[in-house]
Amino acid sequence: MPGDTSAFGLLLAGDPALLAIVRLSLAVSLSATALAAVIGIPLGAAVALTRFRGREGMIVFLNAMMGVPPVVIGLTVFLLLSRSGPLGSFGLLFTPQAMIVAQTIMVTPIIAALTRQTVEDLWAEYRDELTAMNVGPLRKIATLVWDARFSLVTTLLAGFGRAASEVGSIIIVGGNIEGFTRTMTTAIALETSKGDLSLAIGLGIVLIGIVVIINALAWVVRRAGEAYAG
Amino acid sequence: MHTRRSLFVAALGALLLSAPALAQDKSIVVASTTSTQDSGLFEYLLPIFKQKTGITVKVIAQGTGQALDTGRRGDADVVFVHAKSAELKFLSEGQGVKRYPVMYNDFVLIGPKSDPAHVKGMTDVAKAFQTIKDKKASFISRGDRSGTNIAELKLWKDAGIDIDKDKGPWYKAIGQGMGAALNTAQASGAYVLSDRGTWIHFKNKGDLEILVEGDKRMFNQYGVMLVNPAKHPNVKKDLGQQFIDWLISPEGQKVIANYKINGQQLFYPDATDPSA
Repeated sequence: MPGDTSAFGLLLAGDPALLAIVRLSLAVSLSATALAAVIGIPLGAAVALTRFRGREGMIVFLNAMMGVPPVVIGLTVFLLLSRSGPLGSFGLLFTPQAMIVAQTIMVTPIIAALTRQTVEDLWAEYRDELTAMNVGPLRKIATLVWDARFSLVTTLLAGFGRAASEVGSIIIVGGNIEGFTRTMTTAIALETSKGDLSLAIGLGIVLIGIVVIINALAWVVRRAGEAYAG
Repeated sequence: MHTRRSLFVAALGALLLSAPALAQDKSIVVASTTSTQDSGLFEYLLPIFKQKTGITVKVIAQGTGQALDTGRRGDADVVFVHAKSAELKFLSEGQGVKRYPVMYNDFVLIGPKSDPAHVKGMTDVAKAFQTIKDKKASFISRGDRSGTNIAELKLWKDAGIDIDKDKGPWYKAIGQGMGAALNTAQASGAYVLSDRGTWIHFKNKGDLEILVEGDKRMFNQYGVMLVNPAKHPNVKKDLGQQFIDWLISPEGQKVIANYKINGQQLFYPDATDPSA
């Protein structure tokens, strides 16, 4: 690689390979966070607002799942998607889709558990009102999620942060294939193994910068939304 | 809620639609070793192959043992590794079609310049291993069933040492790739066995240097095999074989020989040597 091969140099020069890596990282982690939100927010709100047998167990389970090591999730998804595994016929192993699946499984419990807490706290405030209005459970969930939407931004960021920063699951199910499943974090792992520590740390700083930018954008959106909503 | 639902449908749709689209793409998955990737060979060779054939080669870089397991599960079309005994076992299980020798380089014993065990310049690698063990000098082992790990274990045996029994705190099996092992050796002033390609390409050498090289027992042969389509019907037989045929063709062999870093050749083609 000729020229300035520091991560910043490459980024500033618009190096297509590095940009593709950044793009893939964002695409995978944002898709996983979106999917996890679609599953996790209703799930968390439902657990917060309904009473059923085993609810306490469910809460403990969701909380505990927040701490499952990515490498365990990666290995599980790997075994499921392997050609000799039960879902092997889809041919998804070593693809970006497999990485999205693994990160979705990882992020969903985080979003569900945090949503449950947020909505449960909000429910304490709204209980009398909503009970008096005699609204159905689905309506209740929708109302509270809508009202909690600004707090839930932080929940989504927590999920995205976990997805964008992990390497354990995606390096297993993605295979770290150059130009196809190589992300910021797997590239950092690879450059470290090549002994190119300065490029690795440079990529790490670029990754941190991108995460900060996304958080700043989310913050601006949240503030604007709050101002608009009064 | 509506936008969220349509987002979900779109994401799910993209997920499902893109899978078969990717499957039609002209590409193969090659399970290979960290040494071929970390040495930079693939980065040099694959674009040339792609230009010639239009085939994208997706490389999963693992240890030899793990790469062969990837083949055994049918998750790769081709395996490109360096441990002949493990490759022959793979063939005898019916997992591979045929083994083709491709190239070789050699292993080198790396250690700190201070060389606490005084092995520098030895021409008998078994004796160097014996000395390291006697002096209880720090030694980093890959410990990951990789080709390099298998070669290292064989060298201990050649030195008359039963490493499982004789190892002490001085012998650290880290269970990671070649680069990680070199990083560890560099940080702890330890000895380590490396393939020459990864060593030349490695950028964090610090005060490590080659201490022992040139012993015939440090020969490192690479072989390539198509994963058996009879066992794994999803294997892209034609494209995979095309890659193998190109690697062992005069043209592919020349490309391998041409790969140099700082004027140093990293791999020596030997596809025409039937005993390799």
